[in-house]
Amino acid sequence: MAEAMQLDQALPVGSEGKRSGGWWGILALIATEGSLFGYLLFTYFYLASQTEQHWPPEGLPILFMPTMNTLILLTSSACVWISERCIQRSQFDWSIAWMALAHILGVCFVVIQLNEWSKFTYDMSSNLYGSLYFIITGFHMLHVIIGVVILMALLLWIALGYFDHRRYSAVTIGGLYWHFVDVVWLFIFTTLYLTPYFY
Amino acid sequence: MTDVDVAQNMSDPAGSSGLKPSPEGEGWVRGNQNKEESLFNPPHPNLLPEGEGAYAVSSTSPNPALTRIPEVGSAPIGSAEEKHLAELWESAPGWRGWLSTIDHKTIGMRYLVTAFIFLLMGGAEALIMRLQLARPDQTLLTPEQYNQLFTMHGITMIFLYSLPVLSGFSNYLWPLMLGSRDMAFPRLNAFSYWVFLFAGIFLYTSFPLGEAPNAGWFNYVPFAGPEYNTGPNIDVYALGMVLLGISTTVGAINFIVTLFRMRAPGMSIGRVPILIWGTLTAAVANVFAVPSVSLAFFLLWLDRQTDTHFFDMLNGGKPLLWQHLFWMFGHPWVYVVVLPAMGIVSDALPTFCRRPLVGYSAVALSTMATMLLGFGVWIHHMFATGLPPLALSFFGATSMVISIPSAVAVFAWIATIWLGRPVFNTPFLFFAGFVILFMIGGFSGVMVAAVPLDLQLNETYFIVAHLHYVLLGINVFPVVGGIYYWFPKFFGRMMDETLGKWSFWVMFIGFNLGFFPMHVLGLLGMPRRIYTYAPHMGWSTVNMVTSIGAFIFAAGILIFIVNILVSLKRGALASSNPWDAPTLEWAVQSPPPVYNFAVIPFIASRHPLWEDRLDENAGRSSLDQGYLLMEGRETIGTTPLDAIPDVILKMPEDSYTPFFLGLFGALVFVGLLLHSREFTVLMALACSLSLMVWLWPRKALVQRVPDIKYNKGVAHG
Repeated sequence: MAEAMQLDQALPVGSEGKRSGGWWGILALIATEGSLFGYLLFTYFYLASQTEQHWPPEGLPILFMPTMNTLILLTSSACVWISERCIQRSQFDWSIAWMALAHILGVCFVVIQLNEWSKFTYDMSSNLYGSLYFIITGFHMLHVIIGVVILMALLLWIALGYFDHRRYSAVTIGGLYWHFVDVVWLFIFTTLYLTPYFY
Repeated sequence: MTDVDVAQNMSDPAGSSGLKPSPEGEGWVRGNQNKEESLFNPPHPNLLPEGEGAYAVSSTSPNPALTRIPEVGSAPIGSAEEKHLAELWESAPGWRGWLSTIDHKTIGMRYLVTAFIFLLMGGAEALIMRLQLARPDQTLLTPEQYNQLFTMHGITMIFLYSLPVLSGFSNYLWPLMLGSRDMAFPRLNAFSYWVFLFAGIFLYTSFPLGEAPNAGWFNYVPFAGPEYNTGPNIDVYALGMVLLGISTTVGAINFIVTLFRMRAPGMSIGRVPILIWGTLTAAVANVFAVPSVSLAFFLLWLDRQTDTHFFDMLNGGKPLLWQHLFWMFGHPWVYVVVLPAMGIVSDALPTFCRRPLVGYSAVALSTMATMLLGFGVWIHHMFATGLPPLALSFFGATSMVISIPSAVAVFAWIATIWLGRPVFNTPFLFFAGFVILFMIGGFSGVMVAAVPLDLQLNETYFIVAHLHYVLLGINVFPVVGGIYYWFPKFFGRMMDETLGKWSFWVMFIGFNLGFFPMHVLGLLGMPRRIYTYAPHMGWSTVNMVTSIGAFIFAAGILIFIVNILVSLKRGALASSNPWDAPTLEWAVQSPPPVYNFAVIPFIASRHPLWEDRLDENAGRSSLDQGYLLMEGRETIGTTPLDAIPDVILKMPEDSYTPFFLGLFGALVFVGLLLHSREFTVLMALACSLSLMVWLWPRKALVQRVPDIKYNKGVAHG
């Protein structure tokens, strides 16, 4: 089959959606960050599988607030997605509103999680479970805080009118990071809160 | 079908993604007069615009800042276009340009020079150790000094030399080999270098104080834990490695995205040089493996500083967890530091055999197969730790299987020499010497992959011999050969051939004299990492021979350095392609101009500069005519597999941000080391601020819509 390459076609210029370097960069970043959490969970299961301690030390975790918090985080992800959709449709006021809601929900997650932390009678130096619990959720918390700052920046940039339906790759890229942080939480939630019920 | 559809439908991806050039040849179609419907196949569903993801060229809004047809033309040296390009890409003179440059050639050269300085430092440490071990009962070093020396020797060579030197080659050469004007993320590239430099300095800060890391480069707990190692030694190592991991990771991401997006039109995935395959494989491995070691070091630092219990045996922690996390990273890392070097040989050796590499596809695939298997062999570093026999059998078997893809590459090189007409220049000697050393190192590797033999030889000098054959043989020899090969490209001058041959033979003889007897020492039972030994052990003669060999090897390196210094000043001037090599980097002048390619070439085969000779019936590449792209710093982005033009990429201007982000990042780690909470938080805030400046959407990069406005939808301006 003959190949021919058309060289006089119009091409988009600059950071255009999924053709932008940043889109590819964030995918690679997610791969490496995902591995980091993978190794963290490996550490948890490796140590948990060999422990002779009471696991978790205070008995099975109470699921109500963490489940609510999980829903809050997922809703936040959905808001970011809708906000991006609104930019595509040139509905900038709606986009700002949804992004603001996503941001507020992200902050809620942080506050609730900090409150959860304060309920424990032990900390990360008290016992092995405490070390694991606080490091795993702490790593995730760090990512959520970075994500919340990113959402704030996106909100600011949308409000400043930086983006329109033709160029908004920052929202796509930042949004993907936020989705990643949320998906990782599902793995962490399953590991720390659900799996203790099964052994 | 819109114009966009046609543009994306220039070729059938299924047909052109194979590793062979299309048998019926191909052409470059320019202008509507050549447009024949028969050239276009039905649209591939994957290539159609996806609604929200793809751009939509509305016929009512032809905004040239957002969409344009890249101009095709030529820009010979001295033309107005060429001068304009040089102005666009030139860095500011003086210290400003020095701090802010993001030119991949400058960064690559910095990587090479810095890594080479670390090689010399690590080498000096080794020589002091060889003085200590030359005779029994020596007292040149105390045990603690010896511990710090072998630990710093390992850290320096494995982390600060062997990958960074390869990153240097790849940074310098990738855009030139791929036909691009820079890497995908030029600022990230600069950031990666600065962090590497700061991490290297960080790891050496405690050395002059006599408090250097001292638990060996793989730093096993509990010896490296808070109980047995109370000084700052291990904290420096732990924090330094996390910092270095940042540099390695962002560098790897840059290589991956560059490969998939920055190739010249027509350079489909089967046409890239093997060095690209090697570095890509290493980069992908780094993305997945580096988090493991960064996490391990971070957890160790927490155990030491905040009383967590990950490795604390008394409270349920497991020391073996350290070994798992370390070697899950450590073994892929072995391939990370050799596969790009093997790529150097696969690309450069054929030039001196006057024929293409035998088995390009097999070598490319075996490169990736090696790495894939490399993720499943880490337990062979832990055979003696009491793991269940089933695990030992499995990992012993995979360790042996990995010799198959390695052998594929070895036979490809031998066949290339066999079927070619070798020219016995200095680079050829280094590459041929590498093949021999690789085979010796490979054989001893298969030996210790057998569990029973490993139990006998573990922690003896046999292992030391094996790992030095592998690391020096597969890394240092190709690197030195690579410098001989690309020196004319880097500096526009040839290296001296007589000194070159001397440097090879002295290095080769010294190396084998120094390291081959170590196999014997290991079989005689001499353990590694002992600072001295008694005269009646029967190790004295072999140790003396080894020490003499080490100094001869060092003399060879010295001759090489002299050669570099002499040739920089007095070497014969080099043409753009002094070796008559086939790949794209030899199409530009020596040294390359700041913009790399005056026009982005169109590539039709794997050997663009040998097409007339090889006559592979694959059409001809177009090197003088190509995309001009000179409305600011620009280059072309292409599709990942077929390299079809996809987007005009706006490249960033020089920037101080990478330097400052790197600096503040390093200072965060200094703050952690000094236990200064306020300073750490302050520096972390400075990092966030720098990142915000870096990522702020810019009109110049068309991350925001530039000022020319057409649509009424743009109310928020």
